[in-house]
Amino acid sequence: MAEFTEALFSIFFVETLINGLLLGGVLALLSLGLNLIFGVIDVVWICYAEIIMLGMYTIYFLHVDGGMPLIAAAAGGVGVTALLGWLTHRLVIGYLLDAAPINQLLATGGLLFFFQGLAMVAFGIEFRNLGVSLGSLALSEDIYLSWTRLLSFAIAAGVVIVLFQFLSRSYLGAAIRAISQDREIMVLMGVNTKKLYLLTSAIGGGLAGLAAALLAMQYDVHPFIGLSFGPITFMVCVMGGLGNMVGGFLAAFVFSELITIGGYFAELEWGYVLAFGFFIAAMFIRPEGLFARKS
Amino acid sequence: MNSKLLVAIVAAVLVALPFLGIGPYPLHLVIVILIWSFAYTGWSVMGRFGLVSLGHGAFMAVGGYVTALLWNEVGLTPWIGIPVAMACAAGLAVLIGYPCFRFRIIGHYFALVTLALSEVVRQIIIATRDTTGGSLGYTPERFGDGWSIVAFQSDDRMMFYYVALFFWMVGLVIWRLVDRSMSRYALEAIWEDEDAAAAVGVQVTKEKLKVTVLSAVMTAFAGAMYCQYQMFISPDTIGGVGISLQIVFAVVVGGIYSMLGPTIGAVITILLAEVLRIWIGTEAICLTDKICFNAAGVPLLVYGIMLILFIIFLPKGVVGAVIDKWQGRGKRAEQS
Repeated sequence: MAEFTEALFSIFFVETLINGLLLGGVLALLSLGLNLIFGVIDVVWICYAEIIMLGMYTIYFLHVDGGMPLIAAAAGGVGVTALLGWLTHRLVIGYLLDAAPINQLLATGGLLFFFQGLAMVAFGIEFRNLGVSLGSLALSEDIYLSWTRLLSFAIAAGVVIVLFQFLSRSYLGAAIRAISQDREIMVLMGVNTKKLYLLTSAIGGGLAGLAAALLAMQYDVHPFIGLSFGPITFMVCVMGGLGNMVGGFLAAFVFSELITIGGYFAELEWGYVLAFGFFIAAMFIRPEGLFARKS
Repeated sequence: MNSKLLVAIVAAVLVALPFLGIGPYPLHLVIVILIWSFAYTGWSVMGRFGLVSLGHGAFMAVGGYVTALLWNEVGLTPWIGIPVAMACAAGLAVLIGYPCFRFRIIGHYFALVTLALSEVVRQIIIATRDTTGGSLGYTPERFGDGWSIVAFQSDDRMMFYYVALFFWMVGLVIWRLVDRSMSRYALEAIWEDEDAAAAVGVQVTKEKLKVTVLSAVMTAFAGAMYCQYQMFISPDTIGGVGISLQIVFAVVVGGIYSMLGPTIGAVITILLAEVLRIWIGTEAICLTDKICFNAAGVPLLVYGIMLILFIIFLPKGVVGAVIDKWQGRGKRAEQS
């Protein structure tokens, strides 16, 4: 017990907590686009993490092979993923809007395999590293925080604010919010739902590109990287209440703290087990999501 | 068409298959198809009632790992190990299924909760790498040369072929029994409308739980069989999200709502992967020294496109579409 208390108050534990907080920023950003798409179109994109993977490749090639500055490469990545989001809706989901929800989910699962295969055919299976390191910030002698994570956190927070402003202030944002509240009525009001769906898909895709830019600085990219953070992204969205962006944002931090704390006391995998176990338990207590508003 | 005769001919061909001069590689493919068909049939037992689980990779991994671990660590024969593994899978199914059904977690929420389950099991296997070998995989110890009933192992493909064939047929019989049972009507009613079903006296939670446990147990058995045949398992070959999705998709391609759908799905997907692998190869094809294509990814690519096309154009799968067409023709003939 004494050991445990000691571990709890050690300086490294504080570092763990802060790192968890920063990881939460990345997770929040990952789940944002997925949540937006679900909220508006009512479809879960199982392939969302694979769109992020293709965004990471775009950034890698633009930066390493194309010699473009990182910011420009990231912008290119956002452009490509926005296009992929648009295409996903235009070529797949658009045909399944009236199908059973589970068929929509499975169709995006087909896209998951397609994107993985595409990446494997085009880029091979080797791990590629962007080779960019922003270094770390020394808070004290023992605590170091990676700049990449700090940046991710700041960008995630910034994007949430911008997205909220967009949704609550702009005309288009109001239309998007309205459509997520009542799909049928909106058509009667003369709203072109098709256009709105495509726009939302492109925005969701673009957010994936933003997440890709931050992930590319922290992890090697390979065709199957999506499988390593895809499931967490879904869990975050579901726990926050699918389509509820504030909930997703909070859930991201709960998840990231569980993962890092679990990783601190045992191995990182146990951190994931803890987080997923918590997710399952949370689903039983509040199936509509921990942070969902009561209707 | 005399369907009984057709079944008899197919059965005779299947039983005589190893003696028809079939090479070891095709025989291996047939065995793999039979084992996966059993797993897919196990999934479709519940999947056909709208209970789409993305967690069957977890049950399969439990089946394989529990059997192999008991054999290696405790020396327990698979004859006891496999039932223990199946009991574990049943326990896991109740653990996840009961709260899900009790609290009305349905549709894609159910799919995502079960997705978390397959990820939990995969992470546990990786976390306990000192015993399970983690992502590097795990090998049951060989009994020795030749075959052994106690170890449930065999060098001889032909023996395993008959074991796989037998259990594949058992799988079809189970599917049929569920299809003819009262539970089928209860589950279809639940699928249509849970409240209405409950109102007319269907025990929603109990019925769903029964079929889920049956499905989990069958999948675990397939995992154990896969382990005994391949003599190698790893979290990515019998568990995790990848396998869970593979199970669902093969069934969708073949046909969720028909008895032979999962089997046809296994035949199509496994043969497709093999044909593409042999035909295109796994080498990198380079146009210039900068632009190369890695052919190993082609099966995945084709698989993905195929699934999307199937879900959009043939949601009932190959077998479902054929049956529809056949019945449609019959009806038209009656009318005229």
